[in-house]
Amino acid sequence: MRRIAAITRNPVAIALLATLAVAGCANKKNNLPNSSSELGLNGGRGAGAATPGSSQDFTVNVGDRIFFDTDSSAIRADAQQTLSRQAQWLQQYSSYAITVEGHSDERGTREYNLALGARRAAAARDFLASRGVPSNRIRTISYGKERPVAVCDDISCWSQNRRAVTVLNGAGS
Amino acid sequence: MIRKLRVLFAVATVAMSAGFVVAPAHAQLVIDVNKGNVAPLPIAITDFVSADAMGAEISSIVTADLKRSGLFAPIAKSAFIEKISNPDVAPRFQDWQVINAQAIVTGRVTKEGDGRLRAEFRLWDTFGNKQITGEQFFANPQNSRRVAHIIADAIYEALTGEKGYFDTRVVYIDEAGSKTQRVKRLAIMDQDGANKRFLSDGKTIALTPRFSPTRQEITYMSYESGQPQVYLLQIETGQRELVGNFPGMTFAPRFSPDGQKVIMSLLRDDGNSNIFTMDLRSRNTMRLTNSNAIDTSPSYSPDGSKVVFTSDRGGQPQIYAMGADGSGATRISFGGGSYSTPVWSPRGDLIAFTKQTGGDFQIGVMRTDGSGERILSSGHLQEGPTWAPNGRVLMFFRESSGGPKLYSVDLTGRNEQPIPTSGFGSDPAWSPLLE
Repeated sequence: MRRIAAITRNPVAIALLATLAVAGCANKKNNLPNSSSELGLNGGRGAGAATPGSSQDFTVNVGDRIFFDTDSSAIRADAQQTLSRQAQWLQQYSSYAITVEGHSDERGTREYNLALGARRAAAARDFLASRGVPSNRIRTISYGKERPVAVCDDISCWSQNRRAVTVLNGAGS
Repeated sequence: MIRKLRVLFAVATVAMSAGFVVAPAHAQLVIDVNKGNVAPLPIAITDFVSADAMGAEISSIVTADLKRSGLFAPIAKSAFIEKISNPDVAPRFQDWQVINAQAIVTGRVTKEGDGRLRAEFRLWDTFGNKQITGEQFFANPQNSRRVAHIIADAIYEALTGEKGYFDTRVVYIDEAGSKTQRVKRLAIMDQDGANKRFLSDGKTIALTPRFSPTRQEITYMSYESGQPQVYLLQIETGQRELVGNFPGMTFAPRFSPDGQKVIMSLLRDDGNSNIFTMDLRSRNTMRLTNSNAIDTSPSYSPDGSKVVFTSDRGGQPQIYAMGADGSGATRISFGGGSYSTPVWSPRGDLIAFTKQTGGDFQIGVMRTDGSGERILSSGHLQEGPTWAPNGRVLMFFRESSGGPKLYSVDLTGRNEQPIPTSGFGSDPAWSPLLE
């Protein structure tokens, strides 16, 4: 089953994902893949074109985001894999600084979710740092529940919104 | 802006001799707002006598205010028998008794020589055959709506014994656009939705505005620097400043009751959030909590001695109370489910909260020790209560199709009303009564 995995700033990928988002919302399955490579997109039109070291490469081949359980900032096993790939990539392409954006679903109050998003961003940052990414390259920011990627109103959407997204600074936009 | 003169009218009527002094609301005609189930009081609000449409407009604003309170049932004008042409003369009480008006409002609006508006009103006890109160006000014509709200407050106070809340404003977040890219702008309006204007440009997200209890000033959180941080904004001048010089995200601000401090959360480097205050004069900061948890949504008691806040230190968000110095934090919410956004009533007697249980969000109140919980409103996604200055009504926001909307609900929970905003709105914060 294909469903939304990543929103990138790349126009090609956005067009692709816009159609995937619909399928994702209709799907109630909870256990979301963390990168598009797990979706079988690798070698497809998205990934094939990605220049190694580009933000598209990072988003599509590495996976720019991880997901969390409800009201949790624990890094799940699948998220650890994604973050480890991110760390490896970031060490290879060491000119990038990154911002880790923490987000929550809408099942909580605005202020609490700002704090929860911040805690998720910090957890992702700490994991990346533990895998060798210098912490002075990592900035964090929380958007709480203010910037959902999926807007349908059910469990599959909430699980997509509980995320930490690693954004490459100054690399494409 | 508006000069208020309490006038003890010398009324020339048969019933009243010259020198009659305005009586306080007498025993027969009082709405007891503490009773659980108040039947709204039938009241006749006549068009104020005026040379233009202003009289009818003021009357309609007063009518709308009193009706939305749930305590009054304004009688349709079509039922009126007597037409008021001279508001200085007592109405024909029997004409109003027939239509069961318990009280009558009459008034007049005139233009003064200097261009100011002069508005007078009298409130009459129909079955007591006498005037309850009468006042007059002078104002610039652009403040005509405020005059109407002040009159509505005076009527509310005369008949309930409680301060009104109609001459107030609300700051909130105007929301527009798709949910994934929604524009969130600071906005301000009168409590009835009129006179809306924007206070931020919408280029970056602004959230959680709160009124100063003492000045025309708000504190809020904004992403404008790239890092979400707490700001102060002078409403009239538009002057803004950052609150403090903290290394991380600051959020969830509120003023202390004296307006001299902002209390807020500061994100710690480890991802937890603790509560701090900053004195706006000395710029001194003080840490109130130091837990490995999310401590947020602080709110002072009206005497400034205590603070309630949300914390997940016990595993899920619950409400805690502590001394204003951070001492003795104790959990007070035990109703099952999770609790957040506690807001202490301006009367000091209750704490409003957002509760999550099952799939529902509820707005409720509890006593300050956590006992006596009452749910006033339930919905799919609603949060963020704010108190009217008299502590009798709450405003909050509820997600609906397309975006969030503002609602008010009184302490009985029986009178829930949508607030007529243009566009979507969230995070309302009620002002004190205007000066």
